[in-house]
Amino acid sequence: MNLLSILPVSASAYAQQVDALYLFLVGMSVFFLVLIGVLITIFSLKYRRRSAGEVPAKTRSHYQLEIMWTVIPLILVMVLFFWGARLFVRYSMPPNDAVEILVTGKQWMWKIQHPDGRREINNLHIPVDQAVKLTMTSEDVIHSFYVPAFRVKADVLPGRYTTLWFRPTEVGRYHLFCAEYCGTEHSLMGGLVYVMSKADFEVWQKADGGAAGVGQLSPAAAGEALFKAKGCAACHTETPAALAPSLHGMFGHTVKLNDGTEVTADENYLHESIINSQAKIVEGFLPIMPVFQGLLTEEEIQQLIAYIKSLTADKGEGS
Amino acid sequence: MSEAHSNNLAHHFETMEQQKQASSLGMWLFLVQEVMFFGGLFLGYVVYRSMYHDAFIAGSHLLNVKLGAFNTVVLIGSSLTIAFSVRAGQLGRNRQILGWLAATLVLGAVFLGVKGVEYAHKYHEHLMPGPHFHYDAAQHSAGAHVDTEAVDPHKVELFVSFYFAMTGLHATHMIIGIGLIVWLMVKAARRRFSSDYYAPVEVFGLYWHFVDIVWIFLFPLLYLIGRH
Amino acid sequence: MSETQATTVNETNYLNASSTLRSWLLTVDHKRIGILYLVTLTGFLLIGGIAAGLIRLELINASGRFFSHETYNKIFTAHGVVMIFFFLLPSIPAVFGNFLIPIMIGARDLAFPRLNLASWYIFVIGGVFGLSALVLGGVDTGWTFYTPYSSTYANSHVILTALGIFVAGFSSILTGINFIVTIHKMRAPGMTWFRLPLFVWAHYATSIVIVLGTPVIAITILLVACERLFHLGIFDPALGGDPVLFQHLFWFYSHPAVYIMVLPGMGVMSELIAAFSRKRIFGYTVVAMSSMAIAIIGFFVWGHHMFVSSQSIYAGLVFSFLSFLVAIPSAVKVFNWTATLYKGSISFKTPMVYALGFIGLFTVGGLTGLFLATAAVDVHVHDTYFVVAHFHYVMIGGAMMEFLGALHFWWPKMIGKMYPERVSRAGSILLFIAFNLTFFPQFILGYMGMPRRYHVYPPEFQLLHRMSSLGAGLLFISFAVVFGSLLWSLVKGKKAPANPWPAKGLEWETSSPPPTFNFDRIPEVTEEAYAYETLFGDEPGPTS
Repeated sequence: MNLLSILPVSASAYAQQVDALYLFLVGMSVFFLVLIGVLITIFSLKYRRRSAGEVPAKTRSHYQLEIMWTVIPLILVMVLFFWGARLFVRYSMPPNDAVEILVTGKQWMWKIQHPDGRREINNLHIPVDQAVKLTMTSEDVIHSFYVPAFRVKADVLPGRYTTLWFRPTEVGRYHLFCAEYCGTEHSLMGGLVYVMSKADFEVWQKADGGAAGVGQLSPAAAGEALFKAKGCAACHTETPAALAPSLHGMFGHTVKLNDGTEVTADENYLHESIINSQAKIVEGFLPIMPVFQGLLTEEEIQQLIAYIKSLTADKGEGS
Repeated sequence: MSEAHSNNLAHHFETMEQQKQASSLGMWLFLVQEVMFFGGLFLGYVVYRSMYHDAFIAGSHLLNVKLGAFNTVVLIGSSLTIAFSVRAGQLGRNRQILGWLAATLVLGAVFLGVKGVEYAHKYHEHLMPGPHFHYDAAQHSAGAHVDTEAVDPHKVELFVSFYFAMTGLHATHMIIGIGLIVWLMVKAARRRFSSDYYAPVEVFGLYWHFVDIVWIFLFPLLYLIGRH
Repeated sequence: MSETQATTVNETNYLNASSTLRSWLLTVDHKRIGILYLVTLTGFLLIGGIAAGLIRLELINASGRFFSHETYNKIFTAHGVVMIFFFLLPSIPAVFGNFLIPIMIGARDLAFPRLNLASWYIFVIGGVFGLSALVLGGVDTGWTFYTPYSSTYANSHVILTALGIFVAGFSSILTGINFIVTIHKMRAPGMTWFRLPLFVWAHYATSIVIVLGTPVIAITILLVACERLFHLGIFDPALGGDPVLFQHLFWFYSHPAVYIMVLPGMGVMSELIAAFSRKRIFGYTVVAMSSMAIAIIGFFVWGHHMFVSSQSIYAGLVFSFLSFLVAIPSAVKVFNWTATLYKGSISFKTPMVYALGFIGLFTVGGLTGLFLATAAVDVHVHDTYFVVAHFHYVMIGGAMMEFLGALHFWWPKMIGKMYPERVSRAGSILLFIAFNLTFFPQFILGYMGMPRRYHVYPPEFQLLHRMSSLGAGLLFISFAVVFGSLLWSLVKGKKAPANPWPAKGLEWETSSPPPTFNFDRIPEVTEEAYAYETLFGDEPGPTS
């Protein structure tokens, strides 16, 4: 990194768009700062006090001037608002081809699960030109996933899922930081994001990731194993007499609840329904499911949700 | 009266009128900040209630409506007695001020006593938030029209947290108010007030009414709504 | 009114009226209470400054050298808590507002003098809580106290610190109420609203923010303390509590709190610019109303601290929009101050150096605020050194510079002695340079991606950090010069005349230092504020 450069490396198209806006802001700021500075210097020299008894003429109000320097900044900041807002909204919508990677923040490490089951701690390996969507949660306090090279950041909260996406365009190694103060070793909570060429990434994928056991299964497969091991399958059968609702085709669709309201079965709903099964019961069923709060780790819950999602993907959009 | 006038006019005011207006504006501003103070809590309550509707209804069944209603009557009664004491102040009658203040003091103490009894019940039923919190739907929330078996005990604990935070803060205001009543009673016993100078009683009356009004909001929010 | 500088100095003034310790500790004189605050706050400034020095010392090395992670975290928390809650928030209002508002509006005291003294005691009690937390081992949550870290996970003295902030908050609230009532009810005959000095307008706006905002942080921080003490789980995610609700409540106060710190500084600014250009502030009404606009709009922008907090993006857009709006009245003020210089009679006494420095630093602070209001840019620089640099430019460049400017401007009035002009001016210029050296590199660091509150950091950031630490060293030297010369003047300073500059305003018409009741007779005001054309008599000066 060039120490004299004022811009950090940028490794995505989005980062360059943010930089463009940033440079516009820098230019505008320099303009106004120089304007004010020059005016103050000129006035200070030209109107410096020459004798102790000097009394200048009375200040006259000048409303055209007041209106001018209210309206011009107003127009400028509106430009900034729309420019910033457009980027902000675009950044908040992950593209459909994004690969989903699960992230769990924990004092003081990042735990990462790839779709193929590979796991990493504090590092993230991804192929170049591939959109990546992170679905993130925390096991304890609030963290924040921050990759300066992509100009993206999102807080990671306990008890809910947040998302972040980027599409890296440059191969390289980039810093990963925790940006929300999270306790003693906050400044150590991070590592590197490795953006690899497609070929290198395949090599990396084939190599032994080092993780054993359930880590080698994809999150969905691990979730399926958990689904059986924890006895979920006993009630969530696909029979008409099932004691619990069918999970096939549920994800992403609207579910009617016992109290007549409707919710969308997204990650946050499924998370709540697993750890606190009594909260929102699907219409026609009894609140018989045990509460899993404290019995499953956040990673296990993410695997279960990945499994439930896969049930919808199998069935297609026909439900 | 001119003597009382000069005694009670602080050095930095020009007239009694100016002094009285200043103290009453000061108290209104203080009440504005009180509204913001309680407002934060009320906002939190409203947000959570909409998120955890059933649990909050189950939670409100933990409370004793009869005691709450009794306390509401007591507190409204104390608003009446404090109003009488302000009236006595306008007439400059120190004995009457003293009497009505004493009545307000008694009513305030009754309210706090009943509150203490309610807190003691919660303690014995293991309904204090924290590691010993234990919510038993069948025992605690019988008669609720929501499915109390289905509510998450944690959310009920959240309701109870709000109950203690809100009523505890309100009770703290009552205790401070009772301290102020004692101070005013001492002044009245020393015959300090007159029809020119009764601003302390009047301003305290504003405070006491405000504390009442907070309860008027707390009682339905915590005890009543959700119970048809 | 009086054209010659009043040389008849009263023999007894508020300082020498009585000299026992008791007469100071039980005083209800707003001027003495102002001095009590000045002494107390200088103590807190020293503590906060030492913490800042330790932070910069540690960050000279990328891998940390002197402290453990835990100690470092406690130091930056101490720096933030002490500087914000125990220095900057009270600073200008408690010292100069207290001292000057009654004199400026022609009153003998604030509306509630005993309450004013009580505010100081309450502040001291809050300070004792805060300091005892520090002495007992400190607190490591950051001054923002984000839940659930502060409520459940931190193992430090959160409760004591929270109580300290809670108590100190009430001191602010009572002071705010006192100011509002005083400005409404205590103005001298003829002192209409639009004859009020802009200093008073700024304090009026500030007081409104204090009264409406401070109770919200009070209840919020109290709930955090209750969560630790009594297990009330209002922000506890394990119970279904929402940690983001804490952030909303926290920033609902803590964003307006920025205006509590800066608005009084803007008020001082208007006084200084007018006095040292000998001109009425350009656009007096606009400047007065822009203070009110900032106070009001400032309450609706808190969500720009939460663009990445999982807040809905639509809320983010609304907050972004409103944050841009709040920039306008600040920009208007800067333009009006600059325009006041035009065709003025500008003298470069120390307070004016601070005032001109303020324009520069505050403009940088304000313009970089636009970066943070721009949602997409904020996502990148949020919680980085960019934010750290921005708010130091606003708070130190804005509030602190004006605190010092006010201190020098009214020092002759408060103490009755002149500070040494040349040394103090040199100190102010050095301060300006050192400040920029300390904080400008942090903007670059921030955009490079350096997160805040990092004890150890990647080595490529070390050069910029070292520049910043060098600047901090210079800042220490310049503060030593500034305060050293003021202390020197306490003993050796020349006796100050009633109106040394000379400047307009009722405070300059009473003696230096003023008598206990400010005025022998309540003055009658017959002219608008800053009528500098009548500085040397009722005849307007020569027109240019």
